Amino acid sequence: MLRFIVRRLLQLIPTLFGLSILLFVWLHRLPGGPEAAILGDRGTAQQRAEIRTTLGLDEPIWVQYGRFMKRLASLDLGTSIQSGRPVTEEFFTRFPATVELALTAMVIATVVGIPLGYLAARRRGGLLDFGAVTSSLVGICVPVFFLAYLFKVIFAVNLGLLPSSGRQTPGIDATHPTGFYVLDGLLTGEFDASWDAFAHLILPGLALSSIPLAIIVRMTRASVLEVLGEDYVRTAEAKGLQENTVRVRHVLRNAMLPVVTAIGLLTGGLLSGAVLTESVFAFGGIGSFIRTAIDFRDYPVLMGFIMLIATTYVLINLLVDISYSVLDPRVRVR
Amino acid sequence: MSLLTVDELTVTFTQRGKPDVRAVDGVSFTVDQGEVVGLVGESGCGKSVTSLALMRLLSGRNVKIGGSVVFDGIELLKLRSEEMRDLRGSQLAMIFQDPLSSLNPVVPIGVQVTEILTRHRKLRGEAARKEAAVLLEKVGIPDPTRRLREYPHQMSGGMRQRALIAMAVACAPRLLIADEPTTALDVTIQAQILELLKELVDSQGTALLMITHDLGVVAGLCDDINVLYAGKVVEAAARRPLFAAPTHPYSVGLLNSIPRLDAPRGEPLKPIRGSVNDNIAWADGCAFAPRCDHYTIECLQGPPALTEALTGHRYRCVNPVTTHEPPAVIATEDGR
Amino acid sequence: MTTKTDKIDRLAELTAARAEPEHGLGLWREAFRRLKRNPMAVSGAVIVLLFLVIAILAPWLAPYDPEARTWDHEVFQNQNIFVGPRAENWLGLDNAGRDELSRIIVGARQSLLVGVVATGLGFAVGALLGGLAGAAVGLGGRVGQRVDAVIMRVVDMLLAMPSLLLAVSVAAILGPSLLTVMVAVGVTQVPIFARLLRGSMLAQSHSDYVLAANALGVKRRRIVLGHIVPNSLGPVLVQGTLSLATAIIEAAALSYLGLGNPDTSYPEWGSMLADAQRFLSGAPQLAIYPAIVIIITALGFTLLGEAMRESLDPKLRK
Repeated sequence: MLRFIVRRLLQLIPTLFGLSILLFVWLHRLPGGPEAAILGDRGTAQQRAEIRTTLGLDEPIWVQYGRFMKRLASLDLGTSIQSGRPVTEEFFTRFPATVELALTAMVIATVVGIPLGYLAARRRGGLLDFGAVTSSLVGICVPVFFLAYLFKVIFAVNLGLLPSSGRQTPGIDATHPTGFYVLDGLLTGEFDASWDAFAHLILPGLALSSIPLAIIVRMTRASVLEVLGEDYVRTAEAKGLQENTVRVRHVLRNAMLPVVTAIGLLTGGLLSGAVLTESVFAFGGIGSFIRTAIDFRDYPVLMGFIMLIATTYVLINLLVDISYSVLDPRVRVR
Repeated sequence: MSLLTVDELTVTFTQRGKPDVRAVDGVSFTVDQGEVVGLVGESGCGKSVTSLALMRLLSGRNVKIGGSVVFDGIELLKLRSEEMRDLRGSQLAMIFQDPLSSLNPVVPIGVQVTEILTRHRKLRGEAARKEAAVLLEKVGIPDPTRRLREYPHQMSGGMRQRALIAMAVACAPRLLIADEPTTALDVTIQAQILELLKELVDSQGTALLMITHDLGVVAGLCDDINVLYAGKVVEAAARRPLFAAPTHPYSVGLLNSIPRLDAPRGEPLKPIRGSVNDNIAWADGCAFAPRCDHYTIECLQGPPALTEALTGHRYRCVNPVTTHEPPAVIATEDGR
Repeated sequence: MTTKTDKIDRLAELTAARAEPEHGLGLWREAFRRLKRNPMAVSGAVIVLLFLVIAILAPWLAPYDPEARTWDHEVFQNQNIFVGPRAENWLGLDNAGRDELSRIIVGARQSLLVGVVATGLGFAVGALLGGLAGAAVGLGGRVGQRVDAVIMRVVDMLLAMPSLLLAVSVAAILGPSLLTVMVAVGVTQVPIFARLLRGSMLAQSHSDYVLAANALGVKRRRIVLGHIVPNSLGPVLVQGTLSLATAIIEAAALSYLGLGNPDTSYPEWGSMLADAQRFLSGAPQLAIYPAIVIIITALGFTLLGEAMRESLDPKLRK
């Protein structure tokens, strides 16, 4: 098991290496540069050149890349051109927000999706099944940003039930040791701050959960239907086991295997959706920061953020593979 | 009184937009205490469906079950499903055809054995594990404590079937239904498994309903034999009369199609021509008629009735085989 | 006593009555037959067909010029005064006094164009990469494995980027234009098609019937072209249909982020939806109309794709 994890982590290195070259070449081909964003239309040619020199952008691209890699060796991703703060610092102040949001969405999707998919399969052809299948098909087709906007207008603006933007109510003065606002409140004992942060998560979390929820419902349903037809479920019934034992140990345990894989794959889509949801709810995560970084041609931020996101994605999938091998003894990792 | 009395059991599968399929069509037979009864026929004749119907394991809205199944004085088809659950595994147990797919791949063998002990014998924890090891030992699995921790894919086919048998006999059931228990196994293992079944049944006094397409299995094991064709019993008799004087042309065909070691070299096998799908509706006549060498136009005038001879030999044929072909001699190792 | 011929005739008649009518149909024909009976497939096909007809005949179907600000004197967006549905404008007016219905109808063209070109692009590049990798594995040997490993690394890299970020960076590089939207959305589809085709080619080449064909001495090329490719095509076709839905939604998302087609001489559902968000409290219908047509169109492709997947899956056949 340990050897498997180490090998997978080692495999991450060439992937990230390739990604960095691809990104570097790609990003530096972006028309315009930070100097245009800094100076606007007024700057003279000389001012532009000066900025390029201070940022080291006048050197050949492989020299720039070499410098980037050298810094990377000491885990330094450079400084943001916009803010002048280290990229890693920018990332880790915003990352918890996105993680909180994505986690909320995933929790909603699994907690609602798995039971719903299971019930739909058990009552195949019934009203609940029809409703679950139909709404999950529609759910995949609703643009996330539209859903987010709809929620915002209905529940926040018109009904005033929940906050409409941000991560916490401006007046609240809370300390944030970890950056995960809900967790922070619990740690410091400021439960009202926790509750407030949680309330801010509900609407964006719901909007973001729509697609994973729809997919999890459908996958669980299909998987349960397949397992229900398996011989070992019949064996379990022939043993006269209690319905709950059959349900949990023999049906769900097997039916969850493909769903677990899907959850891993869905995280990539979740990060995409987060970019849109964050911008609707002005939720200060990495998504909105990347948007401005593109406009600003903030190369170090773009490079660093995308590589860190890719690393996160690969790590999540590693986690999924490990949990898969725990759940399915036939797939023992080597 | 018989332990199990199946009377006019019918199972019909319905599907929207398609005609109903009657897989089991008025099957009746009995199993006495400690008796071994065979249910014989080709694939598709309804023998597995019969066994699943007895265990009430056919569920869903598109299955209709009629007739009656009385076990130990209780009408099984009318039991509430919770009451049936209490009987399954403790009074009636079942062994299935494919031991690999019949075992849960992600749960250790030990748990799959102990869960039935917990359910019906209220054994928990260490006591359950000890008993499970004893059971595995009893069905001939060496090093049982280690095996209990293993998963089905780590065991051989024979071991898996032994494990399934261990689960089935865990609560000393009064009736054991074995649905083609040896079909998926190697020939050498087949003999061992049959031997094991016979031993267990003898020692526990359990009645056994053996479902198979293999007349060799029946010959070595069964007291009574029911031959099924297209959902109906076409011939029923004790072992000796059936093998000595098969009456229904289908039984004759089955016996003749067995390769024989004493036949002259180079003699072709004698299969029954056609396949189970070449049948006609029982309502129109004998379903076997299209494949039968003896059929006449009388065979096509309505369903043939079941004729019962004085000896208890029953057959469903208007043109029974009168001039017996030389009786197939099949070595039976016991002298019962 | 009846004659022997009577006997045979009667039997033939009875057996014929029980014969299976659907014997020996090909995989594709049988799949199509099942599709026709599936309500999901039929409703999906109806939506898709309707969408195609509207997109193609848009200029003739639209009652007015979608760009003409004929009624702009009736709309005051700063005072939140909009005109709702009425006899001459069935869906009312948009924020610039244009006929909303005409804009929706003509907008179908852009969505169709973006969807088809982006998916076509994603499919072409993805199938090339995936097919190459699959074929390389099929040919075997050390070189084949290397080629496969290199291609799949690149594909995995693309897959490791959140698809919208990928699209956003492509859009940023190329600058906003219609082509950008198509390329950006197409790029996100590349890894999906590549993985899918390679995966199903590998699965096919390990399947028993390919082993059997090999054992029978069927030529390698015939196995690949006659068995592996046609059998791998099903999932790819399904994915293509589903991708059309995703492409339409993603194009809308790009418009929302301001990376859509800046040329406004043609209305487009995504940018209509994005623009309308500004007036959501005063004129929610302006967002809801394009949202509904996007959802319905995407749903049509999804229904069709899912139904196709079901009908091609031998495990689900019954």
